[in-house]
Amino acid sequence: MQELMKNRAIELLSAGEVDRVVGWKKGEFAYDCTPAIFTDANDLRDNFVYDDFTAPNLSKYLVAECKKGGKMAVFLKPCDTYSFNQLQKEHRIKRELIHVIGIECNGKADVDKIKARGVDGITGITSEGANFVVETIYGNETMPKYEVMAERCLTCKSKKHMVYDELIGETGDVNPDCGRFDMVAKLEAMTPDERFAFWRGELSRCIRCNACRNVCPACTCEQCVFDNPNSGIQQKVAVTSFEENMFHIIRAYHVAGRCTDCGECSRVCPQSIPLHLLNRKFIKDMNELYGEYQAGEDTTSRAPLTNYNMDDCEPSIVHERGGKA
Amino acid sequence: MQVNNEFRPTIVAFCCNWCSYAGADLAGTNRATYPADVKIIRVPCSCRVNPMFILRAFQRGADGVILCGCHPGDCHYTSGNYYARRRMTMLFSMLDYLGIERERTRVEWVSAAEGAKFAATMNEFVETVTKLGENKRLEDLRCKN
Amino acid sequence: MKKIALSKLNDFFAAIAAEEKLYLPVDGEKGTDYKLWSEGVTYSRALNTNRSAKDFFFPQTENIVDFKREGKTIEVIDTRTEAEDFVVFGVRACDARSFGILDKVFLADPVDSFYASRRAHGTIVTMACTRPAETCFCGAFGIDMTAPEGDISCWIAEDALWLSANTEKGEALLNKVASLTEEGDTAAVDAQKAAVKEIAKKLPLQNLPTDAFKGDVLLEKFNSAKWPELSKACLGCGTCTFVCPTCQCYDVFDFDTGHGVKRARCWDSCMYSDFTKMAHGNSRNSQVERFRQRFMHKLVYFPMNNGGEFGCVGCGRCLSKCPINMNIVKVMKSLGGDAE
Repeated sequence: MQELMKNRAIELLSAGEVDRVVGWKKGEFAYDCTPAIFTDANDLRDNFVYDDFTAPNLSKYLVAECKKGGKMAVFLKPCDTYSFNQLQKEHRIKRELIHVIGIECNGKADVDKIKARGVDGITGITSEGANFVVETIYGNETMPKYEVMAERCLTCKSKKHMVYDELIGETGDVNPDCGRFDMVAKLEAMTPDERFAFWRGELSRCIRCNACRNVCPACTCEQCVFDNPNSGIQQKVAVTSFEENMFHIIRAYHVAGRCTDCGECSRVCPQSIPLHLLNRKFIKDMNELYGEYQAGEDTTSRAPLTNYNMDDCEPSIVHERGGKA
Repeated sequence: MQVNNEFRPTIVAFCCNWCSYAGADLAGTNRATYPADVKIIRVPCSCRVNPMFILRAFQRGADGVILCGCHPGDCHYTSGNYYARRRMTMLFSMLDYLGIERERTRVEWVSAAEGAKFAATMNEFVETVTKLGENKRLEDLRCKN
Repeated sequence: MKKIALSKLNDFFAAIAAEEKLYLPVDGEKGTDYKLWSEGVTYSRALNTNRSAKDFFFPQTENIVDFKREGKTIEVIDTRTEAEDFVVFGVRACDARSFGILDKVFLADPVDSFYASRRAHGTIVTMACTRPAETCFCGAFGIDMTAPEGDISCWIAEDALWLSANTEKGEALLNKVASLTEEGDTAAVDAQKAAVKEIAKKLPLQNLPTDAFKGDVLLEKFNSAKWPELSKACLGCGTCTFVCPTCQCYDVFDFDTGHGVKRARCWDSCMYSDFTKMAHGNSRNSQVERFRQRFMHKLVYFPMNNGGEFGCVGCGRCLSKCPINMNIVKVMKSLGGDAE
């Protein structure tokens, strides 16, 4: 897979069809990679990587790249293509400049899960069928891939590419029974006190690094409201529990109806806060109250919050339906 | 001087200029009574109310927040209250999801002719929030002392 | 050297906690973090905590002064309080070194009284590492993970906790728990040190070269053509700076409470767009400049002002936490090549 992608990228670059390729660069260890913009075939040959750990969603980098002009190729996993469509819908990227190469993805591994098994001193990771063989300075460990798969990939909503110009590998199917709302439903079934305790426990760990915001493909404002000193909101502190709540409510709200549920926010959180549960709550609510909607499925439809029906439910529905009082 | 230690809630009511604010006016002209705990903020349209306004009200000491606008279909700007309706539904649902008492937030459609409804709604809402007591879950302690 | 049987560890913690507050690493559902000890809390031997120990001396936010308005008068309220005595147990060698770096910033004239008060009242008990990870590069900065600094250094070897006081504060704490400890020889500890040093040799980053950043290299590194490439993927989030044990920048802001003002300070991050923003605007307008600032500060500016001591301790938190895995090690390797 990696070789196919690499060769195709080099081909495109050498033929002059594109002048840069957005992909992933090999890192320091066996499990880290950095999104990179390749302009040189040799660089691609030496450093391009695609494996079980190339998790970052590259679509957001296209916003900045499109401003520079010139043609580019980008590798998108199925979930990244949703973000791509959403960005196109919002006129943040220029479709005509981008050559989209859809790539097959079978789920990415989460190195934190590997480390949580007590595996330290990792010097190499090799993929052997359904297993990883992790070499460490303390000896080798073999573990099934699905046990260390990223949380978001365990509930993958779709293996189908929403957009591509060419495909490497296979495109799969949408999986409506992925169970991605199970945890939301579980929380909804709790009492308000339990829910409050759960979210205080999670959100109180927030260090306001803003990684969730900065990585989010839906967060492409020129200036974020939290970065505007005139808004009266602090950008980098959460002095009280109110500010912790407020930041996360407002952030989830700003991307409501635009969030494609790519899961980058939870992936990057250094404090492992399950931020996707906030976004999924909005998605679940909108599906239930305003009809099924998947952001990024197309580039033309109106999002639920920029749309209405005369006979929409009243806000009092929150008091009436589900969830314990 | 008599000191009353009984808890009185602070209620913020966002009222749209065209219907609900006029409704509140009518309640006044008709001498309909509702508690002075309700602080009215006039907005051009219920749709003007950003979710941040609601949170900000709680931060600054509100114990309950109510949004009043024109009845659906009667918006001065045709469709503002339809958008507001979806927005508030989503926000209230999220607050509920975070474990914040759902009775602290409310939306009510009040026309310019419904002075009595305005007063009745406020009486009822103040009563509900008084029962809930002080807003503890969305408070900002810095604003309290 | 003193020793306490591991079976008596709980009594040891209880004895300290009876006198003053005791914080130690505790395993949680989402990793390890420092928690206040109370009966039933178990010490975690995990390699390191999510957040660094600098929080104890330089918290993420703190109130510095209040202004209260009543009518036409404004009252200025000094919110400073003398810190209470406390003990932080289980600090690793890397974090222990970070206090020395922070001291150079906060205890230099003018002394930061908030920080100084906490430093004066805090006793640091360190723990030697036995199972370092691939992200550890403390060795590159001359830190010996088997012999951590701090007021008291500890080792867990065989079935005992070994303690050795390094300062008066450490001696005083050991005296308080003298009834629990007994004298022991250093054989077990020495054996462990030797074994861990062997392990350290196998780690990929322990001998990361730092020579390229020594001497008069400021302009050469500052003007390096590699910064744009290195910073290209940077998201501009503050993760690396907030998990860092030595990042010390802070911002001061006023919060309008409606009846006064609360002035507080909070950690700042050079990765943020409003970092060092002044009346004229911002001195670093692009992410390349902001990114460069962080690494230049740690590797060049700080050593230049502090007798060659680097502003990094190699704890490896930024390596494992960065969303896009761009980190100081990659920067050092990339820029190190310039000199050749």
